[in-house]
Amino acid sequence: MTNLIAYFQARLKTVVVVCLVLLAVIAGSTLLVDTHHAHTWAEQHVPFFWSFFGFAAAAVIIGVARWFGRSGIQAPTDFYTCPTSTPCEEE
Amino acid sequence: MASSFIHPSLLLILGALLLPFIRGPLRKPYLFLVPLLALSAVVLNTSLTGNFATISFLDWQLVLGRVDKLSTIFALIMTLMAVIGTLYGLHVDRAGEHMAAWFYAAGSLGAIYSGDYISLFLFWEMMAFASVFLIWFRRGKQSLQVGYRYLLIHTIGGIILLAGILLRYQALGNITFDLMDVAHPELYTWLIMIGFGLNAAMVPLHSWLPESYSEASFNGAVFLCAFTTKTAVYVLARACAGMDILVVLGVIMALYGVIYAVMENDIRKLLAWSIVSQVGYMVAGIGIGTDMAINGAVAHAVVHILYKSLLFMGTGSVLYMTGKTKFTELGGLYRKMPATFFFTIIGCLSISAAPGFAAYVSKSMIIGAGFENHLNWASWLLMFGATGTFMYNGLKLPYFLFFGPNNCSEATWEKAADPTWNMLIAMTLGATLCVLVGTAPGFLYAMLPYATAYNPYTAYHLVETLQLLGFAALAFFLLKKYVEPIDRICLDIDWLYRQAGRGFLWLVKGPLQWGDTAWGEAYRVVGLSSLMTVSRFWSWFDWHAIDGVVDGIARSVRALGGKVRILQSGQIQLTLYYAFSLAAILLVTFIFFKLL
Repeated sequence: MTNLIAYFQARLKTVVVVCLVLLAVIAGSTLLVDTHHAHTWAEQHVPFFWSFFGFAAAAVIIGVARWFGRSGIQAPTDFYTCPTSTPCEEE
Repeated sequence: MASSFIHPSLLLILGALLLPFIRGPLRKPYLFLVPLLALSAVVLNTSLTGNFATISFLDWQLVLGRVDKLSTIFALIMTLMAVIGTLYGLHVDRAGEHMAAWFYAAGSLGAIYSGDYISLFLFWEMMAFASVFLIWFRRGKQSLQVGYRYLLIHTIGGIILLAGILLRYQALGNITFDLMDVAHPELYTWLIMIGFGLNAAMVPLHSWLPESYSEASFNGAVFLCAFTTKTAVYVLARACAGMDILVVLGVIMALYGVIYAVMENDIRKLLAWSIVSQVGYMVAGIGIGTDMAINGAVAHAVVHILYKSLLFMGTGSVLYMTGKTKFTELGGLYRKMPATFFFTIIGCLSISAAPGFAAYVSKSMIIGAGFENHLNWASWLLMFGATGTFMYNGLKLPYFLFFGPNNCSEATWEKAADPTWNMLIAMTLGATLCVLVGTAPGFLYAMLPYATAYNPYTAYHLVETLQLLGFAALAFFLLKKYVEPIDRICLDIDWLYRQAGRGFLWLVKGPLQWGDTAWGEAYRVVGLSSLMTVSRFWSWFDWHAIDGVVDGIARSVRALGGKVRILQSGQIQLTLYYAFSLAAILLVTFIFFKLL
């Protein structure tokens, strides 16, 4: 398996192209699938709805998390504690 | 032949008590055997329905063995987890750690089989007090403090629950642990729900979880990730199904956990945040309360235990082998830990609800139930959270841990390797079950509390999921520099607890200490001085008045005695003379008195 990953890593551009083609195929397949049982109007009538949703949701989550972290939520590691010299048994 | 109820908790408790006496080559077989016996007991119990092991206590009827579909499926997954967790830590030679884990599992199973609030509460507390040792056994820099905080929070939760139970008993006069009237909640309904909710890590009562689970020992975390929150899910499903507020709380949990997990630098804390998020789906499902939603919550709890324990086993292996848990100190490990990488990836795909893996067959039940119940806002937000789950757990975790920039020090890289055989077997078991449930969910659905005809493998659901995952992955790889881990901690609501603690400390060290000192000084100046004056007076009074009277009488008696002494010559004729003279005087005096 390690060799397989190394093989793919050596051909990263090809892997990226294949993945993009796969994404296009997945998105395209939505046009062939019956959306009759979908729960909402948007799912039934907006083409590639879940593709947009997935991309937008991921982008929004990354943006919100970054803004939240930078707004003071991410603090130095010794924020609560002074460093101690007691070593951890497992470390 | 009709079988009788065997309580698996009893087997685990007895096994734990005997464990210190089992040493040498017998220890490992014994470690494997006891949870296996507990699992066998639960399997035997599946043929039963009704209340067993009932005990009369005071005016109450305690039910230690309520067996129905809901308790059975939870008991099965919990004992299975006890087997896998013990197998994972089989090489750990600290008997205390195994004992704590078994008592913890026994508490969970006891709570699951309880049919009344008294026994539920006892087993509930057993869980809290046993599980804290799994944190302390890490023996890290922070373990002791984190353990105490964990215990403190759970004790508070226990008190809230107990208050609810007592108020409920006062109102209804019974201790039966059953579905509450959630449509007309009383104070006790809220208290019981909050007590359960604290263990389910409901926001804002959640911050004990990421802190403690990331601080637990490498195998302790495998137990912790399964029992407390999922037992809470069970009791919520039992007592609070259909409680509207749970939908809101569940959605908040699902999203809150996602945001923190995306920011997190510690691999096990990321997984702990993920528990908050995933339990949110279950809580929302319970809040929706329909048959399909409850089925979804239960199914998700079962698969969550499988994939989350697998993920904690994978990251626990990294901790065990390298001693590190931060992304900023790890990376590129697939070359050194290929088997761990493989199993962790299965866990990642399972939690991401990828087709063919565990959560694919459960998460959509909850979301679908929301849509069917016209709670579209909740379902949309849960879908939004599901995308986040894939991003932090399906992409961020494996990418920055096994690929990405290699931040390992030379020593860390040197130590990195796949773990011991028992840990690998435990991960194999977990991974196999994740795939098995994901590909053939029929046996899981058959065990759910309500009859279901749900089929997750429709063309629409498949395409929907593939789109969601595929395009979220695209966004991740385009924007991954914004989620690159940094060596910082994330402040959470526990900041408020800590501030409250510091405030209390300040109150004690400042105003209260000052008040105490001032009172002492005032007492010394005013109280003590006046007391001394009064004491001096009483001393004088004692010396001169009381002692004067007493001493005066004594001196008079002594003087009189001295005078009288000369009368005592010791001669009988003189004594008779004095006696008769005195008698004559008295007689003459009496006669004169009578005549006059």
